[in-house]
Amino acid sequence: MSISGKAYIGGIYEHPTRNAVDKSLPQLHAEVAKGALDDAGLSHREVDGYFCAGDAPGLGGLSMIDYLGIQPKHIDSTETGGSSYVIHVAHAAEAIAAGKCHVALVTLAGRPRAEGGQMRGMAARPDLFPEQNFEAPYGGVVLNLYAMCAMRHMHEFGTTSEQLAWIKVAASHHAQYNPHAMLQNVVTVQEVLNSPVVADPLHRLDCCVISDGGGAVVVVSPEIAKELKRPRVKILGTGEFSKNQMGGKVDLTYTGARISGPIAFAEAGVKPADIKYASIYDSFTITVLMTLEDLGFCEKGAGGEFVADGNLISGVGKLPFNTDGGGLCNNHPGNRGGMTKVIEAVRQLRGEAHPRVQVQNCDVALAHGTGGSLGTRHGSATLIMERE
Amino acid sequence: MAERKITAPAINPETKPFWDAAAKGQLLIKKCLACGELHYYPRTICPFCHSDRTEWQTASGKGSIYSFSIMRRAAEPFAIAYVTLEEGPKVLTNIVDCAFEDIKIGKPVKLVWKQSEGGPAVPMFTLA
Repeated sequence: MSISGKAYIGGIYEHPTRNAVDKSLPQLHAEVAKGALDDAGLSHREVDGYFCAGDAPGLGGLSMIDYLGIQPKHIDSTETGGSSYVIHVAHAAEAIAAGKCHVALVTLAGRPRAEGGQMRGMAARPDLFPEQNFEAPYGGVVLNLYAMCAMRHMHEFGTTSEQLAWIKVAASHHAQYNPHAMLQNVVTVQEVLNSPVVADPLHRLDCCVISDGGGAVVVVSPEIAKELKRPRVKILGTGEFSKNQMGGKVDLTYTGARISGPIAFAEAGVKPADIKYASIYDSFTITVLMTLEDLGFCEKGAGGEFVADGNLISGVGKLPFNTDGGGLCNNHPGNRGGMTKVIEAVRQLRGEAHPRVQVQNCDVALAHGTGGSLGTRHGSATLIMERE
Repeated sequence: MAERKITAPAINPETKPFWDAAAKGQLLIKKCLACGELHYYPRTICPFCHSDRTEWQTASGKGSIYSFSIMRRAAEPFAIAYVTLEEGPKVLTNIVDCAFEDIKIGKPVKLVWKQSEGGPAVPMFTLA
């Protein structure tokens, strides 16, 4: 059974905060939930499906359903790191297509800045991580694990730091129009290259920001979508995959998008050339470059040439990406960027992006999430949507 | 330069034979008797064919660098790497006891052991 055309995005909301010292974590979840329901013109009483991931406090869905005062009949707390929320939209569409719910709420929130920048990881509960014995001694963190992917990509395909820098440059061109973006200054390739190397070959400006905040999406049935006073955004296709360490047959040159992308394109019945706008998870510049290759926007190994010379800048290049500034410049709430990838794609399809970055005739858009680490194990999720 | 403190492995019943051998200077990987594949990290059930007939095998300790990164945003910078063992599987590790600028993809490496903080010595590699 295909979910194509059987669910719509009813509401979206991105929290404006980037430093939530004065707010609790469940409060942030509630504020984004309210924002997305207000955007849709729906009440929390109409929510009959709820989706959250590992960022939700307490017992996840149980704690948040209680806090929010909602009564969902369908609950999902799939956890694949920052890609969770793209998967939640897909699973919400599946649940709606199966008649399990009609108004599905997905929330994300986090306050890593307010909490001192510490990421929850293996240190707290080593026994929960099957790989701990063979990874923890070596100091692998998100930064140097992704850096090893960039190092290998450069070795195999001749990708350069200049090419990677173009991805940050494009994001910064978009972020200058976003008053909420953490980094609003346009940067040059040279400025990226002049920033300190933090983990070879990645520079400081190859990395995303760390921010507080969150976001929410409301996914609804076609019947409810028709009643809402918002532009209709239809879900065309979704795909998900978890690539891992493969028993030691490690290959750092590709991502799970190689699997999730074709599944989503097949269900949607469109090709990469049909995509007018793409939200691509951008924890680091290398994440974007490898994902674009794996989704089929260019050949494997040709990502460097593809992203160079402003090809990702709206109004300039062939594939406008992350027009809110993305994780590289705007925000990365709770170290999880999948939600904001969906939200900006919906804005583009509605024609509600900032006028300076709005893509003309944006009828089909893609959002892709990557969670965990490309260097070890990660969840990939691809979502393709259409303006109706 | 100060040495980085190495996090100790949280040894469990499944990984204890690996660390018992490590105490004798042996790096173990797993071989599946059903499909013949070698794998790492070691599992009781083969990740390739799901047979439970897996046995320990001592690796030669020789390999080459598949990829690496110098972690500079750290109190004591260090080199993380994937090393392709002579036997095939790639292992996540550190490259130690050499100048960072000498570390290159493809270079041969050999096994060394480094003491973890409050735990056993762990396998690492240096340029051969």
